[in-house]
Amino acid sequence: MASTAQSENKTDTNGRVMTAPTGFALVWYRIKESLTTPRPYLMLLGILMWLFLYWLLCEGLRLDRFDKIPGPIAVAKEWFSPTPFQGISLFTEDYYNNIYVSCRRILIAFGLATGIGVPLGLFMGWSKKFKDYTFPILEILRPIPILAWVPLAILMFPGFEAPVIFLATLASLFVTTLNTMLGVQSIDESYFRAAGCLGSSNWDIFKNVVVPGALPYVFTGLQISIGVAWFSLVAAEMVSGDHGLGYLIVDSYMNNVTVPMVIGMITLGFVGWFTSVLVRIVGNWLMQWHVKALAQQGR
Amino acid sequence: MNMTTPNATMKQNSAPIVSPGNGSPMGGALSIKNLTKIYDPEGVNVCAVDDCSMEIAAGEVCMIVGPSGCGKTTLLNAIAGFHSITSGEIRLDGDLLCGPGKPKAEQGADRMVVFQNGALFPWKTLAENVAYGPIVQKRMSKSEANDKAEHMLAEAGIGEFCSKYPGEVSSGMARRAEIVRALINEPKVLLLDEPYRAMDALTKSIMHESLLETYDRTKVTIFFITHDLEEAIFLGDKVHIVTTRPCSLKKTVDVNIPRPRTYESLSSEEFRTLMEEVNEAVHEEAVKAFQAGERELA
Ligand SMILES: Nc1ncnc2c1ncn2[C@@H]1O[C@H](COP(=O)(O)OP(=O)(O)O)[C@@H](O)[C@H]1O
Ligand SMILES: [Mg+2]
Repeated sequence: MASTAQSENKTDTNGRVMTAPTGFALVWYRIKESLTTPRPYLMLLGILMWLFLYWLLCEGLRLDRFDKIPGPIAVAKEWFSPTPFQGISLFTEDYYNNIYVSCRRILIAFGLATGIGVPLGLFMGWSKKFKDYTFPILEILRPIPILAWVPLAILMFPGFEAPVIFLATLASLFVTTLNTMLGVQSIDESYFRAAGCLGSSNWDIFKNVVVPGALPYVFTGLQISIGVAWFSLVAAEMVSGDHGLGYLIVDSYMNNVTVPMVIGMITLGFVGWFTSVLVRIVGNWLMQWHVKALAQQGR
Repeated sequence: MNMTTPNATMKQNSAPIVSPGNGSPMGGALSIKNLTKIYDPEGVNVCAVDDCSMEIAAGEVCMIVGPSGCGKTTLLNAIAGFHSITSGEIRLDGDLLCGPGKPKAEQGADRMVVFQNGALFPWKTLAENVAYGPIVQKRMSKSEANDKAEHMLAEAGIGEFCSKYPGEVSSGMARRAEIVRALINEPKVLLLDEPYRAMDALTKSIMHESLLETYDRTKVTIFFITHDLEEAIFLGDKVHIVTTRPCSLKKTVDVNIPRPRTYESLSSEEFRTLMEEVNEAVHEEAVKAFQAGERELA
């Protein structure tokens, strides 16, 4: 149990309230604080060390097997060049088009998976009967690797777009549903009892206990699920796609232009990281109570 | 669901109302007769409560004392309607809660529970928690309920924490807010399950004072489970000592220390005699429970 002295409104000995910073002031305060610790400098040093190793292997020593791989300097030069030799850079429309296409697919797939998976998981966790109907099928379909669905997806859906979105949706749907269900099951029985005592209807319990109680698990699930969505999207784009970052990577490889391949990979890293941060921000915004309780424990 | 209207409390069919004069205007007399509860997990019968009878008068503070794992929570759950009973009956102001042909009492706002480990909704602020009951029972509009909640929290001395989440306040404050959340529904009986057990002695004494103050104001019937003997005598009108599992009534000790009580009464001669009397009875059961290796399920 954290002491109350850590709460937002500190009261000094004269009873005056000293208000702790909140919102942007708090973020700014944390950044300033962290600059006095070794952490950001160590992180920077770590990144530089890895970059150096990468450079050393590919461009410094030109080791066998590494000489075909574009090094950091070659990639950076091309990436920031207004006139790229191999066709892709920050200044080409094609680059942004690929990012846009992939992001749009992720948005649709992740949106669908969340829109179906969260309610499905909530009901599965809440109603034993509903779980009995749905859980066995889910458990059998879930272990099928997403690439095994590719032929079926192509047979089922016309065009390029629909199969790719289907695959990404499917992969992230399983993760979201399962985590949501576990979230409901993790809710302490006494909250249900308390709600019952207080005179709640079933619908009241669903709104006020099941949904908010499962939310921390739901958002843990969504963070994993957006990663899984990217994973299967890129795999699908590589197999059967048209445009998109996965397509860019495999297409560059086929055409023997290796720099866009690496640019595509690094871009995927950044975009994926960004979407996962976005999910976390939305989660924290919806779960102020959770964030504040964790903060009291010094986390 | 809403049984707090006065005419519902006036029905006194068959239950004997003990100690008139102390009776609360709100009712709240509990009568437990020959209650038996057998758990049956995986075919192994666990008899938690066996032929237990006790009478609790309206407006009485009744303390239940017994060793861990003896079936006190089970008894409370039966009254609250969280699980069914095997045989016997429980009546509230003469109305049958559960008994023959009705194994499980309906949950209702006339019996409010304060849980062993605390059950304020962590996703609602203290004020939202308190306002929740009247809103879902449709007794008050949202704004009415919020005003009332803030008012009652202020009365309990935690008004400035209204908009804090339970995770942000100390366990003592959370406990107080939980009792306020129960009381806003004007229950006939307040059921408390070892509410202060994880607290240090100093916080506990503050909680006791505030509970007594609340009781003097509302005169609600209190069914209070504890294994702290000092707490039992300090707060209670009666101390019911129950046996180790299966739980049944072993001995009832009347506490005649006048109210309002203060911490000075702890050092009185009267208090010490009562303490010895209760201690003797409980110790015997505690030894039995220890030798049987009882453990509670929570
Ligand atoms: N749901 C349950 N299923 C099976 N046994 C239970 C259950 N709940 C409690 N028990 C058993 O009943 C006995 C009494 O438990 P409890 O009422 O929690 O004791 P306490 O007096 O400490 O509150 C214990 O032996 C416990 O293991
Ligand atoms: Mg217990």
